[in-house]
Amino acid sequence: MTHYLFIIVGAVLVNNVVLVKILGLCPFMGVSRKLETAFGMGAATTFVLTVATGASYIIDHYLLMPFGLEYLRTLSFIVTIAAIVQLTEMVIQKTSPLLHQVLGIYLPLITTNCAVLGVPLLNIANKHDFVESLLFGAASAIGFSLVLILFAGIRERIEGADVPVYFRGTAIAMVTAGLMSLAFMGFAGLDKYQ
Amino acid sequence: MLQRLFGFKGGVKPQTHKAPSVQEPIAQAPLPARLYVPLHQSIGGAPTPRVEAGEDVLKGQLIGGADGWVSAAVHAPTSGRVVAIVDHVAAHPSGLPTLSVVIEPDGRDEWIARTPLDHRSLPPERVRELLRDAGVVGLGGAAFPSHAKLTAARSVPMEDLVINGAECEPYMTCDDMLMRERAEEIVRGIAIFRDLLGARRVLIGIEDNKPEAVAAMQAAVCGLAEDYEVVAVPTRYPAGGAKQLIRVLTGKEVPASKRSTELAVQCFNVATVYTAYRALAHGEPVVSRIVTLTGNVERPRNWEVRLGTPLGDLVALGRPKADTSRYLMGGPMMGFALPSLEAPVVKATNCIIAAAPTTFPASPPEMPCIRCGACAEVCPHELQPFELYWFARARNFGKTQEYYLFDCIECGCCSYVCPSHIPLVQYFRFAKSEIWAREREKNAADAAKARFELRNAREEREKAEKAERLARTAAARPAEKKPAPASAETVAGQPAAVPVDAAPAAPAVDAEAVKKATIVAAMERARAQREAAQPRNTEQLSREQQQEIAAIEARRARVAGDPPGTRTTRPGSAPPPAETGDS
Amino acid sequence: MITTLAIMALGAIVLGAALGYASIRFKVEGDPLVEKIEAILPQTQCGQCGYPGCKPYAAAISAGEADINLCPPGGMDGVRKLADLLGREVKPLEAEEKPKQVAIIDEQTCIGCTLCIQACPVDAIVGAAKQMHTVVEPLCTGCELCVKPCPVECIHMLPINENLDNWKWKYPVIEIRRAA
Repeated sequence: MTHYLFIIVGAVLVNNVVLVKILGLCPFMGVSRKLETAFGMGAATTFVLTVATGASYIIDHYLLMPFGLEYLRTLSFIVTIAAIVQLTEMVIQKTSPLLHQVLGIYLPLITTNCAVLGVPLLNIANKHDFVESLLFGAASAIGFSLVLILFAGIRERIEGADVPVYFRGTAIAMVTAGLMSLAFMGFAGLDKYQ
Repeated sequence: MLQRLFGFKGGVKPQTHKAPSVQEPIAQAPLPARLYVPLHQSIGGAPTPRVEAGEDVLKGQLIGGADGWVSAAVHAPTSGRVVAIVDHVAAHPSGLPTLSVVIEPDGRDEWIARTPLDHRSLPPERVRELLRDAGVVGLGGAAFPSHAKLTAARSVPMEDLVINGAECEPYMTCDDMLMRERAEEIVRGIAIFRDLLGARRVLIGIEDNKPEAVAAMQAAVCGLAEDYEVVAVPTRYPAGGAKQLIRVLTGKEVPASKRSTELAVQCFNVATVYTAYRALAHGEPVVSRIVTLTGNVERPRNWEVRLGTPLGDLVALGRPKADTSRYLMGGPMMGFALPSLEAPVVKATNCIIAAAPTTFPASPPEMPCIRCGACAEVCPHELQPFELYWFARARNFGKTQEYYLFDCIECGCCSYVCPSHIPLVQYFRFAKSEIWAREREKNAADAAKARFELRNAREEREKAEKAERLARTAAARPAEKKPAPASAETVAGQPAAVPVDAAPAAPAVDAEAVKKATIVAAMERARAQREAAQPRNTEQLSREQQQEIAAIEARRARVAGDPPGTRTTRPGSAPPPAETGDS
Repeated sequence: MITTLAIMALGAIVLGAALGYASIRFKVEGDPLVEKIEAILPQTQCGQCGYPGCKPYAAAISAGEADINLCPPGGMDGVRKLADLLGREVKPLEAEEKPKQVAIIDEQTCIGCTLCIQACPVDAIVGAAKQMHTVVEPLCTGCELCVKPCPVECIHMLPINENLDNWKWKYPVIEIRRAA
């Protein structure tokens, strides 16, 4: 059981998909201006990522590997993820129009979010089984949401701060992201207990 | 002390500076040369003027009638003549003018007929009305109409009536002196409020740095054999805030979203109680109040001042020292610098402090917030002023409301302790008034939207009705339509489109032509009017002129080929004859 | 090769079918966002944005046809709020911002033509044919739509002055400079 715990802690904190693996930076910078949108984006990504890892595992193991078509992985994963994102978008538009408008262009961008493609590929590289894949996907997404929300909280406060003129906006956000990345480096070794 | 006291969080203990102004008894301020009585002296609707310029008034005569329930009347502070009703600078931080009645006293100070009443013999509604029409408002500084606070909540029976004699602001002693000198009248007045609210217990809270006032009140309560409790509360600013005093005396905490009556408690200032008593038992409306004049003056003292007395006249009574640089109204914690000494004394004027650079030095420059939390420790409402400050400064008003900006009572404790000298309360006031302004705009926009939609709906309906009517007319007389549009075109230069107010008998297009002709004529008339030096003299035309006009009209009528076109071209003509048409 | 094509085709068919079903199942009617946008607009109904009223403009923003910086009565504040709601960048206003104003009819010159009454989008002008007209000031949104139709130029716009009712506490420090 501790094995699963290590996967979770590893994915959420130690090898955080945004701050350590530096994947999925586009929504990290783009949707972190307000806490509310950050929550929404986090939730959407968590859903998409979890489903995508499960789906890609199934496709990989039951469709590609038996026929020796591993070279089609990237292509077929992208197609699957795109379809899932489209589906998510429709559901969100129906259930929460405001969230849909707020997520705006970022929701379709999940399609090309490197984190969403990167996590299934990492799963295969790490030879995770189905449960591990799902867990890794969900934990990575939680890690993504966590830093997105933390970052949005910081940015909301920065808006009230006396930032030097040339640092305002994206510049100070980048500096903050860098410092957060440094902070998350501090988790290194937390999963090296084994 | 029999009563168990509760505390409130936070608060500060500034130097009180109360001793200088209690050395001498309350004195009557002399009559000024002119009184400027603002009509809007209380919270709520602005009273409407009930006198005209040139009218003679008696002391206590109604000059401004209450507008609506939350509003209080205004009365003439002395007998004399109303010189004018004009905009005069208000006792307000902005220094903007407000509509004021200017009275020139005749020196006789003659009262209007006064009828003493016993509140027990009157129905409660009548007593509330009487208080409103006597202009009784909260004299602690907020000036909220008292009668509006005198209704107990329907579901909760009233328990405690708190009488506020704490007077926690430094320098201020007007309530202290009032309690020392007129305790009996205050105690008699309490009975009015107690009976109206049906309160079971009356608690009189006085800060323990005023032992004379406590003794005087206690003696008066015993003398009148009442069961009120006079409680000395620990001296700590802002113990005199209504919510703090209620908390100290009863342990109840009134949230910003509720009225205190919902928690079975209500609070009144001692001066308010006193004026209510004078209003009912002596028939004297509120025409004066006690004002502390202190600070950098040679003779600090409490004065009974007529409302409307220019502050300059009042200040001169204390003989301000030469280095006085500005004057504060209200206390040093919550008051504001007066923009002009021409402003009059109003019901909210409790204290005037002459400030010199030595006693009230200009505040040092604002430094960055270091988030030390000193402000949070002293906040009597347990808010986080540093967070509020952060968001108010960034104009993030939504966030300030999330941090309960509207629970802030602007007591000034946070600014007092701030080691960075940040004027926190100013930021909070700024944020509050910005939020209120936005709310006003929002309401105006909503109303405009509703009107716009109603108008659109009406236009749709009218269009549909018109089309229907047109269709009916067309069906009724298909042959008669031909010649009319031609004449209309010659007049207006463009085809007539939709009939506007055609009577059922007249063909629609004809009416349109008439209207166009009318407008053209009216435009000409207006042009002539603007060119003429006196546009209104069209009534006294000479015979030739009238003939000329008649000739022009006849010509115009010929051009139009349409008799009704003549009917409105002459200004000041008789109402048009009944619809003629060509049917 | 055949298997590759077959597998990809199968995948495409399955996913296509799922999306097709979802587009029917989760079809959205109307656009609730329009109302949210409209709530931010100042409801002057002035048409300065190029749309006939606030609601059409809101619909145009929601559909992505119009930019968010076309509403002068809303000011920069309105632009900022719209940017917040829609997650777009704040842009400077297209036209210049004016102080709030009301229309005043010079009653000496008014000829009672009712043209301004027809032009007023919020029914803030009262009067009848050949009778003098007047503006009900509290209802006037200051949209200036009545100024042009007047044939005798008797309508003027007056800025609303500060008074005790609309006075606001000022921002405590003097800002030396502001940057975006």
